[in-house]
This record gives sequence, structure tokens and C-alpha cells, in this order.
Amino acid sequence: MGEIFWTYFWVVLTFATYIGIAIWARAGSTNDFYVAGHDVHPMINGMATAADWMSAASFLSMAGLIAFMGYGGSVYLMGWTGGYVLLALLLAPFLREFGKFTVPDFVGDRYYSTAARMIAVICALFVSFTYIAGQMKGVGVAFSGFLGVDFNTGIMIGMGIVFVYAVLGGMKGITYTQVAQYCVLIFAYTVPAVFISLIVTGNPIPQLGFISNVRGEDVSMLAKLNTVVTDLGFMEYTQTNKSMLDVFAITGALMFGTAGLPHVIIRFFTVSSAGAARVSAGWALVFIALLYTTAPAVASFARLNFIDTVNEATYIASDADYEAEAAAIVADGGKPIPKWFKDWEKTGLLGITDKNGDGVVQYRAGDDNEVTKLDRDIFVMANPSIANLPAWVIGLVVAGGLAAALSTAAGLLMVISSSVSHDLCRRTFFKGMTDKQELLTARGAAAGAVILAGIMGMNTAKLGFVAQVVAFAFGLAAASLFPVIVLGIFWKRMNREGAIASMLTGLVTTFWYIYHFKFVDTDPTHWWFGVSPEGIGFLFMFVSLAVGVGVALLTPAPPQDIQDLVEDIRVPGTRTTHGIADADMLPD
Amino acid sequence: MTHNIKEIDAKGYWREVIRLTLSLLAIWFLASYGAGILFRGFLDQVSIGGAPLGFWFAQNGAIYVFVALIFYYCRAMARLEKKYGVEA
Repeated sequence: MGEIFWTYFWVVLTFATYIGIAIWARAGSTNDFYVAGHDVHPMINGMATAADWMSAASFLSMAGLIAFMGYGGSVYLMGWTGGYVLLALLLAPFLREFGKFTVPDFVGDRYYSTAARMIAVICALFVSFTYIAGQMKGVGVAFSGFLGVDFNTGIMIGMGIVFVYAVLGGMKGITYTQVAQYCVLIFAYTVPAVFISLIVTGNPIPQLGFISNVRGEDVSMLAKLNTVVTDLGFMEYTQTNKSMLDVFAITGALMFGTAGLPHVIIRFFTVSSAGAARVSAGWALVFIALLYTTAPAVASFARLNFIDTVNEATYIASDADYEAEAAAIVADGGKPIPKWFKDWEKTGLLGITDKNGDGVVQYRAGDDNEVTKLDRDIFVMANPSIANLPAWVIGLVVAGGLAAALSTAAGLLMVISSSVSHDLCRRTFFKGMTDKQELLTARGAAAGAVILAGIMGMNTAKLGFVAQVVAFAFGLAAASLFPVIVLGIFWKRMNREGAIASMLTGLVTTFWYIYHFKFVDTDPTHWWFGVSPEGIGFLFMFVSLAVGVGVALLTPAPPQDIQDLVEDIRVPGTRTTHGIADADMLPD
Repeated sequence: MTHNIKEIDAKGYWREVIRLTLSLLAIWFLASYGAGILFRGFLDQVSIGGAPLGFWFAQNGAIYVFVALIFYYCRAMARLEKKYGVEA
């Protein structure tokens, strides 16, 4: 059985499972649709959160990125996990106790203001659309790269699947599909990792291989990697050329951004209580950590293994008989280019130029480097073939990448559809809507959002800057949403004026900085304090916090109803309704 | 959600929650920004299985600490809730 067969096998099997779950978990009310009936088990929700959180970028690109960045890649590892501590300690249990459906619900009700609600909706929509286009693009790439299906057709198939389970099942369908998707993606990620760890270090557990010696040698894996890369002119693997402040700021922006992302926050509304929300955040991080502690190990193994097998290897032309040529090279005492290299060369993700015409590949830092095309996604995708794993594992990695992209896309779709049907329609413009009408609107909005996201995904080839604007999502979430939510819980005196000023400050400053230094002035020496656009949300978060507190102190305290509400959400089990805060919608 | 009829010492409870939260955030800060970034150069002098310690914290260790912190928080909060008669 070939790779193509197994790829189709896994993709069709997993997609059929997702649809089956969708039909089983249909939503009957808005409560089902937005928050899965508030009765998802904390561990199940943790698993769904992990799948929701880990996108195509985490699955396919992160390990490769770290392989090239070395220590510099730590910003992603700490940044995208540390945010869960903030979620568990500062946000999730209190927002669950507050007891409504969306992030704008909290902002609008806590700050007794339609304007605050609208700004929160804008932030939520902006963040989610930025993110979802990238997921759809990932789906298109997976289909076109592996199944020989056209890029746009691939996106349409992906859209079709998400359409079925998001529109039918809402949060309920999405939750249980995400559980299945988590299982697929973690299996697809860890199996090749175990084998590559065995090859490089002889230890089957990647996290331990990471701190072990190279197999059969008396030198530690990382020490050898440092020597090998510096010999080729690269920077030491355990170092970085980023300034300490920049590493600090990027880590901070990713952490606080994670805690402020609406599609992550709403996952904690699906459990039954504040206590369950805390436990669920713990489980989510366990499931995320499984992949996130494996990734740096895979990154270092892949870098070492790549240099070992490709550098100074004798090239074999594509039209030659690989086996015969390889045998001849070995007989001459040389090293043939590995078979997997030839396979991946066909995809265009890998390529060499024999600059000095010696027929041997030189991998170097600088101008005489002959590996002229090396896509960072290659390391995760090529792992199974590098490790000589059977064809069924290779097919599984494609299904895993699709699972990661689709599960994240679905979570984002929930934010987009609830922003329209719940925050804009039910809570702002058509307050008299019945539950049935709202459910219908929510399904319609989800359908519209799927189609819009697909169209954006199809156009990402033209919009080459999509990867660039992901920095917007985290920066904006950190600087605009995180401060007002935390202040809303921990500072009773925080009022409407302060919240609006704080959100606008975070939104405008961060947007301006990223836009300016990504598109107008791309010279890094002009960055403020040497902080890159990726990290600036962290600094502006403090500005937005200070502005919010300052304005609140200069304006009247919030009404008594609101202060009582804040006292209630701090103590689990004491939530009662409070006049203006709950006038339009009762807590549950 | 039902209202708890028994009077709860909400102020005392909240004070303890804040103290717990701040202590755990201090550890969170030290494990990531501290060990992984600010004091990395110092910690890198020591190695864990051949990996410089600061580097290891930044790529693996901090994540383990995060997981442990959240589960400790859950247990500590459950204890607090019992002490103050809060129903979670």
C-alpha cells in the first residue's frame, strides 16, 4: 500500500468521524449552540481546548521554526503555554461564574455600555478573521500538497466539513469533534517523534532524548548540535541574536495574548462551574504540553539529523536510478543524498543548487550554501520518511495537520458567528429576539462565516502578508481585551469610561505600531526600544492598563449593581442577578 | 445558579485568593521570564543532561512548572472553598 492510499484512507476516515459526531451532537438551543449546554466534562473540555488552541502553525511549522531559531524559538514555547496559567488564575473561573455566552457579553455587561460591547466585538472579529484565514490556507496546502487536489478545491472540501459540524452542532458539535481531532493530531505528532528520538539519541521519549547523549557517542545531543552548527557558520543553537528585551516582550505578548483570545476564553464557558473551569484549564495545558514539550526535541533532532545526512552528501539526479547510484557512492566511500530528500524535492519545499559544481551538497551559513530551498514545514512533514516509518504513518501526519487546522478554524467560527448573532443582533439591535430566532441567526452567521473564511483562504496566495498579520491577533488581544477583563474582575472601581479608554488605547497603539513597522518602515533599527512588532502588544498592554486606571479614577465609580456583580463573580456559587448588569440576559 | 443562604466571609476568602494568586504568579514569572530569559546566562553554566539549564527551562522546564502550578491552584482553591463554605 502506497503513501497516497494511506493519506486518502486517514483523511476520509477522520472526516467521516467528524461528520458522524456532528450528527450525533446537534444543538437544540442557543445554550447548546454557544456553550454546549454548560455541561462538558472538564477533562473533555481540556482536550477540546488543546485542539482548538493548536493550529496548523503549531502542528506543522513550529518545530521547524525552532529548528532554525534555536533558543530564539523559546518565545513560542513559553508564550503559547504560559498564557494558560493566566487563564486559570485570572480569567476562566470568574468569567464562567459570570455565566453568559461571549467575551463581549462580559465587557458590555460589566461596563454597562453598548459602546464597550461594540469595541469588544470589533476586537473579537478582527482577531478571529486574522487567524482563520491562515487555517484555511493550511487546509488548502495540505490538500494540494498531498492529495493532488487543487488548492481551492481543497479549501472547499475543508469548508464543507467545518460547515456541517459548526452549523449543525455549534459549540456542542465543535467540542466533541475537537476531542477526536486532538487524538488524531497528537498521535500523528508523537509517533514520528518517538522514532526520530530513537534514531538520534537511542531514547524513545523525545523529552528525555532532548537531554541525552547522541546515540553511541559520549557527547550530549545539544552539545554536538552546537558544535556542528557553529562549524558550518551558524549561530550556536542554544543562543539567539534577539535582544533580551525583545525575547521578553514577544514571550509576554504571546502569553497575555493567549489569555485574551476570545476563542480560547469561550471554551471555558462550556463547563459546569468556576471550579470545573480551573480544572479544565489544567487539563488543557497538559494536552498542549504533550505537543509543546515534544516540539523542541523534534526541532533539535531534525536539525542535527538534517545536517548529518544532507551536508557533504553526493547528489543524485532525479532521472537516475536512485538505488544503483546510491550503492555506487557508498562503494566509493561517499555518502549518498538520502531517499527522503529526493522525495521531498519533488514538492518544491526542498531544493539545492550545486554552486561549486562538485556534485556534493554543502550546507552552510552564507553565500556558498547550496541548500537553496528549505521550507520550515519540512521537518515535521518529512519526519516519518526520515525515520523510515511505514506509509500508514506518513498518511496520518497529513490527517493530523488537517485536524489541527480544522479544529482551530471551528473554534474561531464560533466567535465570529456568536459576535454577529448574539452580541450584535440579540444583545444590541434586536433585543426582543426569541431563542429560536437567535439559534437560526447563529446557524446563518456560522454558515456565512465559513464561506467568508474560505474565500479569504483562497485569496491568501495573493495576500502574501497573512503570516505577517498573525502578530496583530496576539498583540491586539494582549493590549485591548486582556486588561479590561482582568480589571473588570479584580478592581471593583473600574468603570465604563476607563474600559473604553483602555480598549481604544490598546487597539490604536498596537495596530499602528504593527502596521507601521510591518508595512511602512521595515527597518528593525527604528523599532522602539528594539522591540519587534510581534512583542509590542506586551508594552502597550501596560500603557492601556495605565490609561484605563487613570481615566477610571477621574470619572465616577460604577453603579452599585455592577459592584455587587463583581463581588458575586469572585466567590463561586453566589452569583445572583443584578439590575442593569443582567437586565437583558440572565446568567446561567 | 442557587444563592447561598449561609453568610460567607467573602472579604476573607477573597483576601486569601489574592494572596494565593500572587504567590503562584511569582513562581510563574520566575520559571519562565526568570529562569528562561533574565537569568538564563547564569543558569546556563549548569547543565541538565547536556542541555544548558536556562535553555532547558525556556524550552521544556517552564512548561512543566506551568502544568504543576495550575493543578496546585485547583487543589488550594478547593481547600479554600471548603474552609469558607463556598460551593464551587
